[in-house]
Amino acid sequence: MKVVANIYLKNGVLDPQGKAVHHGLDSLGFEGVNDVRVGKQIVLDIDTDDEAKAKAEVEEMCEKLLANVVIENYEVEVKK
Amino acid sequence: MRVSVVVFPGTNCDRDTKWAFEEIGANVEFIWHNENDLKNPDLVVLPGGFSYGDYLRSGSIARFSPVMKKVVEFANKGGYVLGICNGFQVLLESHLLPGAMKRNENLHFVSKHHHLKVVNNDNKFLRNLEVGEIVNIPIAHAEGNYTPQSEEALKKLWDNGQILLQYVDENGHISNPNGSADSIAGICNENKNVFGLMPHPERAMQSILGSKDGVRMLTSFLDK
Repeated sequence: MKVVANIYLKNGVLDPQGKAVHHGLDSLGFEGVNDVRVGKQIVLDIDTDDEAKAKAEVEEMCEKLLANVVIENYEVEVKK
Repeated sequence: MRVSVVVFPGTNCDRDTKWAFEEIGANVEFIWHNENDLKNPDLVVLPGGFSYGDYLRSGSIARFSPVMKKVVEFANKGGYVLGICNGFQVLLESHLLPGAMKRNENLHFVSKHHHLKVVNNDNKFLRNLEVGEIVNIPIAHAEGNYTPQSEEALKKLWDNGQILLQYVDENGHISNPNGSADSIAGICNENKNVFGLMPHPERAMQSILGSKDGVRMLTSFLDK
């Protein structure tokens, strides 16, 4: 089962990459962009058919390794 | 004085660090990342580099190596641990020091000599230096943007005397090369036995290389 973890800096934590991308978009003439946050996406293939179990397992992985919970949030999504 | 320098795959300041400690009279051993014996040191040093390619986040994979279990045990028993640059990042990821590192604010790898102000010398690491003293030590990193968990966590660091070094200019005015909170360059844990800094004292050991201010930092571990 494919499980996706999206990891991004917490709100309020200044995101230097997001700021640079925002600046680039401004330079290209894309107007009306209020904010840009750059994160990372980790795609896992988990050996189970139990959605809840897969989600819980990946959430634990985020807590312990995939995200640095001091500065990052994560969202886990099971792909059907 | 016995110093154990931990070597991860991707560490690249191990030999400089060994040389620097030998210059000041220490006996230095390398400890490979999959060893389980720290060889009874007085000080463990996690040197700079790119442990495990800095994959995922700087220092995040090194934390799971067998040797780090021993380093955590050693630190929790009061043993002295110094993390330099990538070593500092490993200490943060291992939760031996509080907070986290972000990419430098300007997104550049910054490599140059930088001045630092000694904020606190009430510890084994900086006791040879004076509070307010300005030293000149090279920095070389892309992720040195120190970020505490919260405003309260930052205040606690100040109140406990855990903030050791700040980035300044040669006159002692704040000059921040990476966006680090309160221009922090180095911190210690609450028990003052685990130290982390982004600058490289092992590269400031001879005047001919621009500075020998690193000598007094490192010798403070040696002197009784």
